[in-house]
Amino acid sequence: MAILVGPDTKVLIQGITGSYGARHAQMSLDYGTKVVGGVTPGKGGQVFRHGPHEVPVFDTVAEAVRATGATASTIFVPAAAAADAILEAADAGLEVVVCITEGIPVTDMLRVKRALAGRKTRLVGPNCPGIVTPGDGPNSHGGCRMGIAPGYIHRKGHVGVVSRSGTLTYEAVWQLTQRGLGQSTCVGIGGDPVPGLSHLDVIRLFAEDPDTHAIIMIGEIGGSAEEEAAAWIKKHCRKPVAAFIAGATAPPGRRMGHAGAIISGGKGTAAAKIEALREAGVAVAPTPADIASTLIRLL
Amino acid sequence: MNIHEFQAKQLLAARGLLVPPGAVCETPEAARQEAERLLAQGASQLAVKAQIHAGGRGKGVFADGYRGGVRLVRTAEEAEACARAMLGNVLVTRQTGPSGRRVRRVLVTAAPEIRRELYVAVLLDRARACPVVMASTEGGVDIEEVAAHSPDKIVTEPVDPLLGWQGYQGRKLAVTLGLTGPLLPQAVRCFEALYRTWWECEAALVEINPFCVVATPKGETLLAIDAKMVLEDNALFRHPDLAALRDENEESPLEVEAGRYQLNYIKLDGDIACLVNGAGLAMATMDIIKHYGGEPANFLDVGGGANVEQVAAAFRIIMQDPNVKAILVNIFGGIMDCDVIARGIVTAVRETGLSVPLVVRLEGNNVEAARRTLAASGLSLISAGSMADAAEKVVAAARGLGQVVAGTV
Repeated sequence: MAILVGPDTKVLIQGITGSYGARHAQMSLDYGTKVVGGVTPGKGGQVFRHGPHEVPVFDTVAEAVRATGATASTIFVPAAAAADAILEAADAGLEVVVCITEGIPVTDMLRVKRALAGRKTRLVGPNCPGIVTPGDGPNSHGGCRMGIAPGYIHRKGHVGVVSRSGTLTYEAVWQLTQRGLGQSTCVGIGGDPVPGLSHLDVIRLFAEDPDTHAIIMIGEIGGSAEEEAAAWIKKHCRKPVAAFIAGATAPPGRRMGHAGAIISGGKGTAAAKIEALREAGVAVAPTPADIASTLIRLL
Repeated sequence: MNIHEFQAKQLLAARGLLVPPGAVCETPEAARQEAERLLAQGASQLAVKAQIHAGGRGKGVFADGYRGGVRLVRTAEEAEACARAMLGNVLVTRQTGPSGRRVRRVLVTAAPEIRRELYVAVLLDRARACPVVMASTEGGVDIEEVAAHSPDKIVTEPVDPLLGWQGYQGRKLAVTLGLTGPLLPQAVRCFEALYRTWWECEAALVEINPFCVVATPKGETLLAIDAKMVLEDNALFRHPDLAALRDENEESPLEVEAGRYQLNYIKLDGDIACLVNGAGLAMATMDIIKHYGGEPANFLDVGGGANVEQVAAAFRIIMQDPNVKAILVNIFGGIMDCDVIARGIVTAVRETGLSVPLVVRLEGNNVEAARRTLAASGLSLISAGSMADAAEKVVAAARGLGQVVAGTV
């Protein structure tokens, strides 16, 4: 088991005929992920070909779900159309929707978030690297890769990873893999101020997952999601948790690349997050080079 | 994106918030004319306000010693003299840093007698994922100080993004702030205008501080004496009119140049430049430089899909910062081709030369080709294995201890 998605999850790609979507559809197919359909309005009936793979393209998510039985979707559509694409995926009853798109306006995400409340659809992202549940094969081949993370850096195992960052997650995953420690599932929740799943939502899933034995949580400046996760961990989480918080040297009032990475009104500092995590018994890595070793010391 | 006070007031006034009458002026003569017009309309006191993207203007000091970026005057001659002193001068406030900002425009407005100073703002509540209207009876001071010392003086009203601001919420807030009697319906209209401005302009922040009860011959009225607005960068693509309000004079020239290449660059005060792919890794790279005793000169995220031209531009930008004593390139090429980074570095260094030590840490996709590109270029650089190794080496190099490990990859 893993969380959210596994090797058998049937995945759609919304925006499969765009250059970005197509490239990552190919990489997911190469990784062994069951990409069963693509959605591009106006291109229904076409076939997306890659090596031996033939992926049917549909006009709507609803049609794609009916024809393929997909339960998850990865969204690679431009920011202006992304909120609509998320709502379409939820309307079609998908269980997991990963939105890679960067630059979605906050007001769009506020409406999306309200519209998703009470539904079964779980949104990961936007502005995120996506989800990887590593497989059994060489270089973790045969797993479920939804998004843009490099598959080969993973290794099947029992560490759950949740992060707001892309490359920093790869760095941590690579540190784990090099030390022989595999991952159950790696979830990039994204760098936007209004995300779908939060750190806490993902950590709850890891805490309940028998296949996840330890957790790495990577946070950054801005907001209070790390503090909320820390409070929950303190009360409920019995698994070892190591963390890293990026942005200790970031100046206040500036957005550090990610739309959500900003210290405003003195809130959202790295120091406050590190303090909250330590107080909850989480081992906080002193530098990004020590993320894996900090977790290993807990095992 | 930040905008000026006078721009924010125009956006707010267009939606029904009351602001003092006045106009923005670029010359002392224009300031005088505006002052004469306002005095003729019955104003007895005027304010001349320097327009820069920074708070603390009232207590700011100009480069030539002139005090106060906000001055109260009673005659057109005084208004002209204030404008003359401010325009073209550099104003230093607690938010500008020591280099200050050049004042290119002043806002000349009526300054009625203030009876009460309140605070009201609209911003995003990230934890609740909704907009929130925040208000306080303690206006005219830094709201962060109020939050620190008397948090009970701040009230918040969350807004359902699907419903929008409701009238009852305005009445509730007005009564909490003591705005009753004839001021109550006015306050309700003001809050409505404030929220509409936030939502329609897709702002990150709309802040009125102070939001004042002022005396007029017809009785008391509510007025936005100051206004601050920050617009959401991600939404500007559907608001070309708002995007046009951008004032590049208020931004660092290197940041403006980086923006043209879609690079995320923020200039900092240290001496170790860094070039990284991904925002989280870029922040973490700054942190690890600091951990090993160095100071980062910038934040720079070249993004996940950078091409050779963007990398070369990034390199040129960080090398334009005169404080830089060493450069750290830290790339985790998950999907990104490390060789693209290598070729970008080689292109940039061929154009501009390399006057400081360069530490390169590449990991991931196509790293062998990248190492060959760098080796074949004959560039003198310091190669590093891990992030920690890279940070240690670049800190040593910035201190002039780098030569011992210099070589090619």
